[in-house]
Amino acid sequence: MMREYKNRKNQQKKAYYNDRFWVAPTLPKLDPQEDEIFEQDYKALKKSFKIKEAYIQLGQLVLVINPQDNKTVLEFMKNELDYTFLSELSASDYLEKSGEFEIFYQLLSISKRKRARVKCRIKEDSAIESVYTVFKSADWAEREMFDLVGVKVNNHYNLKRIIMPDDWHGHPLRKAYPLQGDEAAQWYEVDKIFGKEYRDVIGPEQRDSARVDKKDTKNFARIFHEVPYGEKPSDKPTKQDYQEEDGVFFIDEFKKENSKVLNTRR
Amino acid sequence: MAQHKVNYLQEGGLPIALTTVDKLVQWGRSNSLWALTYGLACCAIEMMASGASRYDFDRFGTIFRASPRQAEVMIIAGTLTKKHAEFTRRLYDQMAEPKWVISMGSCANTGGMFNTYATVQGVDRIIPVDIYLPGCAPRPETLQYAVMMLQKQIRKESAFQKQKPKRLV
Repeated sequence: MMREYKNRKNQQKKAYYNDRFWVAPTLPKLDPQEDEIFEQDYKALKKSFKIKEAYIQLGQLVLVINPQDNKTVLEFMKNELDYTFLSELSASDYLEKSGEFEIFYQLLSISKRKRARVKCRIKEDSAIESVYTVFKSADWAEREMFDLVGVKVNNHYNLKRIIMPDDWHGHPLRKAYPLQGDEAAQWYEVDKIFGKEYRDVIGPEQRDSARVDKKDTKNFARIFHEVPYGEKPSDKPTKQDYQEEDGVFFIDEFKKENSKVLNTRR
Repeated sequence: MAQHKVNYLQEGGLPIALTTVDKLVQWGRSNSLWALTYGLACCAIEMMASGASRYDFDRFGTIFRASPRQAEVMIIAGTLTKKHAEFTRRLYDQMAEPKWVISMGSCANTGGMFNTYATVQGVDRIIPVDIYLPGCAPRPETLQYAVMMLQKQIRKESAFQKQKPKRLV
């Protein structure tokens, strides 16, 4: 079957995406009553905590709570409801929309064979309580959240960057962080190794990896016209053979005409 | 009793070769290029394959050494992150002169597909590179070719040239 022909002449000029009122489809949210185990869990939690919202999505219970309750809720879920495993914890950036981070804790109950997700939202300048004392796996996950998203965590025993270097500037997984880095990131290795005054010598980063420049003999930018570093560019294609034409001292000369070419597999 | 006497006049000439000291020294250097055991990413797998029996780097005199003090050539095999850049520079500085650098693969040459905040956009930003080796990842044959090119370049150089004033990059 052939693909339908479309005239793509002005495709580049047209906006890539022009349905302004399109709403992304969301997965259906079921009531917690739909599942027996989740219903019991939800009822038990509702007695002692304020649950803002609860629903089942993709077979997992999702609970939205107040950020102040995060540690007590997780403690309760671990000890009373048998969600013994914190498989993931992180934050996503909603700063542009509402000035908030959404933090989620993904839990697993091995005995019930159920997964649950606890969510809460905090403002950018506020901090969340560490759950390291409840789940040991939260240790590095909270450091990663602090490192990449910039969520402050209270009472963590060793809150420092885990992935980026300690003297890094900014939090790369925020939506506002540029993909190719801010100024500090673009000059990071130069500043660190040579010092700031060396920036002029090395120059800005060359971001086009397919760049071909005949005049540039100081970078990876020339094809077939190799000259030594920093020397005058030449237009003559350079012949690259394994050996010099007059052979090499003590080494057998490589002769192409004597080499054997296998046309078929043995 | 067997006679172990060799008649040099008949069996392929006198055991004498005339050459210059330059050529002799550089011949020795080019055929004992000890490389630093230093892999950064997937190119390191190809580098290991080049060192192993099928491609056999040993026949070029390239033996991987686990110390920069004993190594002459540094093969930057893989993606260099900004966090790691200072360590690469330190290892390069620890190598004894004369020393050469092969930048292996797209990531080391230009940053490759990692056009992001965390990747060094070409190792030539922090250390001087002698051979750029394109490919993602280059096959072991390509790395062998790069080593042979480097040997050829070394043979061209003078053995006793004054150590050039250090350019950092």
